[in-house]
Amino acid sequence: MVIGLGHALRLAGALTMVVAASAAAEPLASIGEGEGTVDIVAWPGYIERGETDPAYDWVKGFETDTGCKVRVKTAGTSDEMVALMNEGGFDLVTASGDASLRLIAGKRVQEINTALIPSWSTIDPRLQDAPWHTVDGKHYGVPYQWGSNVLMYNTTVFKEPPASWNVVFEPMELPDGKPNQGRVQAFDGPIYIADAALYLMHHKPDLGIKDPYELTEDQYQAALTLLRQQREIVNRYWHDAFVQVDDFTNEGVVASSSWPFQVNLLASKQQPIASTIPAEGATGWADTTMLHSEAPHPNCAYKWLDHSLSNKLQGDLAAWFGSVPVVPAACEGNELLGAEGCKTNGAENFERIHFWRTPVAKCASQSECVPYYRWVTDYIAVLGGR
Amino acid sequence: MSEALARRPNPALAAAPGLTRRLSSFLYRHGGLLTLLLLLPPLLWLGVVYLGALFALLIQSFFSFDGFTGQIVHELSLASYQELLTSKANLDIILRTMTMAMAVTIGAALIGFPIAYFMARYASGRVKALCYLAVMLPLWSSYLVRVYAWKLLLAKEGILSWLFAKLHLTWLLERILATPVIGGPSLSVSYLGMFLVFTYIWLPFMILPIQAALERVPRSLIEASADLGARPVATFRNVILPLAFPGVVAGSIFTFSLTLGDYIIPYIIGNSRFFIGQVVYVQQGTAGNIPLAAAFSVVPIVIMAIYLAAAKRLGAFDAL
Repeated sequence: MVIGLGHALRLAGALTMVVAASAAAEPLASIGEGEGTVDIVAWPGYIERGETDPAYDWVKGFETDTGCKVRVKTAGTSDEMVALMNEGGFDLVTASGDASLRLIAGKRVQEINTALIPSWSTIDPRLQDAPWHTVDGKHYGVPYQWGSNVLMYNTTVFKEPPASWNVVFEPMELPDGKPNQGRVQAFDGPIYIADAALYLMHHKPDLGIKDPYELTEDQYQAALTLLRQQREIVNRYWHDAFVQVDDFTNEGVVASSSWPFQVNLLASKQQPIASTIPAEGATGWADTTMLHSEAPHPNCAYKWLDHSLSNKLQGDLAAWFGSVPVVPAACEGNELLGAEGCKTNGAENFERIHFWRTPVAKCASQSECVPYYRWVTDYIAVLGGR
Repeated sequence: MSEALARRPNPALAAAPGLTRRLSSFLYRHGGLLTLLLLLPPLLWLGVVYLGALFALLIQSFFSFDGFTGQIVHELSLASYQELLTSKANLDIILRTMTMAMAVTIGAALIGFPIAYFMARYASGRVKALCYLAVMLPLWSSYLVRVYAWKLLLAKEGILSWLFAKLHLTWLLERILATPVIGGPSLSVSYLGMFLVFTYIWLPFMILPIQAALERVPRSLIEASADLGARPVATFRNVILPLAFPGVVAGSIFTFSLTLGDYIIPYIIGNSRFFIGQVVYVQQGTAGNIPLAAAFSVVPIVIMAIYLAAAKRLGAFDAL
């Protein structure tokens, strides 16, 4: 089981500032005969052919129908994905928020002719023109899945879902009458500073935070102060999804920022665990399948792009990964996902999610922002109690 | 093929012995060249792959990182070292890692010495083989599995807590965990727990060199010491310990350097305060700040260089 780890590593960031992409080669005008194979770079767990669990297979049917054999190369970080695409020889990549714009700027991916993808219209309209794959009105990819971070909590301690992230940020007494010190966790990646900024956005409006990924020096320092306070009550910062699952089972941890993946896993073990997205909203991620500018098998790739939007694939993948389909229709009538699956994975919270991006110095909402490399150094210091 | 044809000498084959012989006598006369040819492959390995990589690392640490563009500036500067040594958080990390490495080394020596002593002096035949097996056995299974297993052992609701509760000693565990700095909410979330896991993981690397050193202590010297009227304690202190001490130092090189470089145990056990290995991993992988990561990885190299110089003085390499 490497899903959790891959998921964790997706938060690995990049620093490259994105410059406006210039026109790449003309997109394909029509789909011809398949070339027999399609090579995809993907997050672990994103393309399953029933080898981990026979029930989760969205590849074999595609191979029989189109004659295109799917070859997958998994990559654990966005940096690795960009490196593989730079190397070449691949057709598609399931790129996250930061990698996608870097790939467009580096001309590693080509514009998609949406007319060749019959299912394009079924995509959630809010994602069709999302800024992480649309540049100058051109689409450089097809949305694949999205997901949100959630507040995971123990239902024996919290009879009611916590209404605010304050249970993990402020020292306080929990509903069971005991303090939260040593019983809450936070994510150990620097991107978590955005979660603190999001909290401050609602609780200290005078700081003027407009976007949790675009922080001025003052806003950034305020977020760090909050995180230092959090250090006092956090027993351990979670890094590995399975370690967190274990901490909720054996270590007496009752609340933490987490992913639907862990929530589903703990629920399947009959643990008293549930999740919520508190009043402040949450951070999240959205991935896009992108086509290499020199894809060796463009016809098969286009066939996969259309297949990737099929209800069965979208629903099965959402059930497997704890994510949300980009095709809303896929939420209904999927056996693996269940009637409530999309809701559990956060489908109704789209508007409340701040999709994660790499913080850069040149930002849109402020004159100058604190870049990601400082987030890394300072978050390490916060973890160390400085 | 006819026999006549087969018997006719092949010109190529006929020339070959002459050439080989000439080459061999040439090499015989130029012994240095032969040595060089034989040593060339390992030297290339050492020079290019091993030292080359190390040099690449060192040179990276003298570049600097432009925070605005996120690019590495390929000009020699000491900016990374300045950042490394002026930030209190970074100094904390170095100090934290060194303290843990020292504690683990001392702990492993205290536990390892009696075991090695028993193996070298008392065990023989089947018992000795069994001892070897017991020491080596953990090394056959995955490092990760063993660390995760310890996480379960040390958890708040884990086996150790359960054992303490059964023995009505929960108060003792709580008192231990209440100790400032080394304590924490539970063993698995404390430096104490991390120390236990580190000591367990690296113990074989301490036992084996000590055992080898103890094997080399001549029995005649111990007997002579007894003949001269020394009590066992005096014999141990004046004969066995000084002769076996290089083995302890050799073992400590392993435990110290391995703890210094590890980044997996601090991720799984402990309270998330970073160790050197983790900073290197995060700075180069996530942040792309390779110069700072390289400067950080020079720290263990410097510490180990000092350590090895001291170990050499203590005679750890005399048996090499």
